[in-house]
Amino acid sequence: MEKILVVLFTQEDGSLGRTAFEATGAALGLAKELDGASVTIGIAGTSIQEAANALAGSGAEKILGAEAAELAQPRYATDAAAAEALAKAAGATIIVAPGTSRWNRIAAGVAHRLGGRADTHATSLAVHEGAPTITRWYYRQRMVAKLSRTNRPWVVSLDPGAVPAWSGEPSQATVEKVALSMPETAARTEVIGVEAPEAGAQTIRPEAETLLVTGAGWTKKQADGQIHLKEAEAAIMDFLRQTKASLGSSKSLVDQEGEGQAVLPFLTHMNQIGQTGSTPRHAKGLATCCHGEEPHVVGWRFITERRAVNLDANCGWAQGKADVLYVADAFEVMKKLNDLLAEKAPATPES
Amino acid sequence: MAGSLQIVVCGGIVPNPLQTLEPTAGPQGPALKNEAMLPAVLDPWAWHALFEAANLAKQAPGSKITLVCMAPKAKLQQVMMTIAQKTVFELQPIDGPASGFVESADVAGELAEVIKGINGLDMQKLLVFGGWESASRGAGTTMQILGEMLGITDQFQGVDEIRLKDDGSFDVLERIEGGKHQVSRCAGAPAVLGWATGNLPEPPNNPQAGMANMRGIMPALQKARPAKPGQDGVKFLDVSLPSQRRETRVVKDTPAEEIARELAEWITG
Repeated sequence: MEKILVVLFTQEDGSLGRTAFEATGAALGLAKELDGASVTIGIAGTSIQEAANALAGSGAEKILGAEAAELAQPRYATDAAAAEALAKAAGATIIVAPGTSRWNRIAAGVAHRLGGRADTHATSLAVHEGAPTITRWYYRQRMVAKLSRTNRPWVVSLDPGAVPAWSGEPSQATVEKVALSMPETAARTEVIGVEAPEAGAQTIRPEAETLLVTGAGWTKKQADGQIHLKEAEAAIMDFLRQTKASLGSSKSLVDQEGEGQAVLPFLTHMNQIGQTGSTPRHAKGLATCCHGEEPHVVGWRFITERRAVNLDANCGWAQGKADVLYVADAFEVMKKLNDLLAEKAPATPES
Repeated sequence: MAGSLQIVVCGGIVPNPLQTLEPTAGPQGPALKNEAMLPAVLDPWAWHALFEAANLAKQAPGSKITLVCMAPKAKLQQVMMTIAQKTVFELQPIDGPASGFVESADVAGELAEVIKGINGLDMQKLLVFGGWESASRGAGTTMQILGEMLGITDQFQGVDEIRLKDDGSFDVLERIEGGKHQVSRCAGAPAVLGWATGNLPEPPNNPQAGMANMRGIMPALQKARPAKPGQDGVKFLDVSLPSQRRETRVVKDTPAEEIARELAEWITG
């Protein structure tokens, strides 16, 4: 019989992020399909009662809590110690975790300490012939595998947005505290802050409905023989401002700075999608001035509705990958699109 | 100026990203069709880790870079022709599979054995670099397990920058949610750093480095330690290519106003 443990870290304010509820929902769903399986929730943080209350109605067998001042900082040594202690206390055979940067930093290390194995970036949890299975992607989202394991404990971290979140009303939870012993070396690393990209303006929004992908065409010579970086920047930033979309970029565009070519100043490697970038999840994606190549297609993998604007009707990026390809000048289309979006926007006292 | 470091860069090889990949059933489990024929490159994130190691070594005179690489040695030899031109390093090859379906814990075990066997290894100077994920397995698990095996609990993943200080401590910028970086200050080596893309451009070829490297690389390849990491405990029920073909509606010869209207309705709908 599987003992499923969901391990969650609280956010700075003591609450849980959306991905915590997704992991909880996936674990509860898995337990329903496995004969005799039970679910325990383990929460780690400086103060975990609020988070425990949020999951009190989940139907989990019990809620374990690991509290320590050191857990205020997302750091390998202390986070791994907390997750390890919770897993041991629960006697977990399967550990389900949200695939956040904090969890993905420790998932395999914790599995190793427990004598088990870890699989990260899972996109689903299911049961096949009575055994738990996961789905995950290989070779940068170019092939998908369904697999099961006999190794226990089995640590599985779920990609954000991949599964529905559990929801329920908060109530007073009873928490069973787990004693923590932090390693002496924990103080060797101290988190001293968070830095936003140099551009200042927020351009990466994982929660956004729409992803705007910019390709190298924005920085190339246009019909008049000139490069129009300022116009490109204005069109892209205006679109982001009005739609609150997230911004992705092709590798070639973010690499241009290193190659001494014209660049859009607000783009960094953090915006890069594809082979060596991210594969974000958004409901809609609009690609502009992007061309060809399978690596770019990888960046689209988890975009539900896809449209593209570029000048090449046979573009490999769009043909067969996008739902609609508009063969047009992206500068012109984006300017008019921004005008229309401004007209549609509800009037505000400032405007 | 900071004291010297021992920087060990771990990396595998992957098929050139422009190749079409297809899964097939191999004797040990899933594999890539015609894998031996596919041109390979050093894993992109390990590639960045190597540049960053070279850059860091310049800031800490007397530092040494060791590249520990597991791959079929014939393939590794081809890849080294390119890599060797970039910076001076010592190669510690492991003759084993480069497949993404092999267990990362087994790979980590092989890497740990080689690292522990490095002549003159000084844990107080050791920085273990590698990619935070690979372009094959894409799991981000190997470096963590390797760190645990080496007893290193100062670990950082998704690293884009390291700022070394004169006292040997350093600040690390790790990628976190929302396009931001978490900045951590570490007291110093030993540490494990799984690199994202970093900020450095690809260094230009250096023929002198290439010649110096190749003198060591060829004998090292001949003596490459054989390894057979497996897939124990894991059962692949299915490995397939995603159905990705969409019926694309191509809109041509249409005024920009009309396209913009359609897009505006789609975006706000």
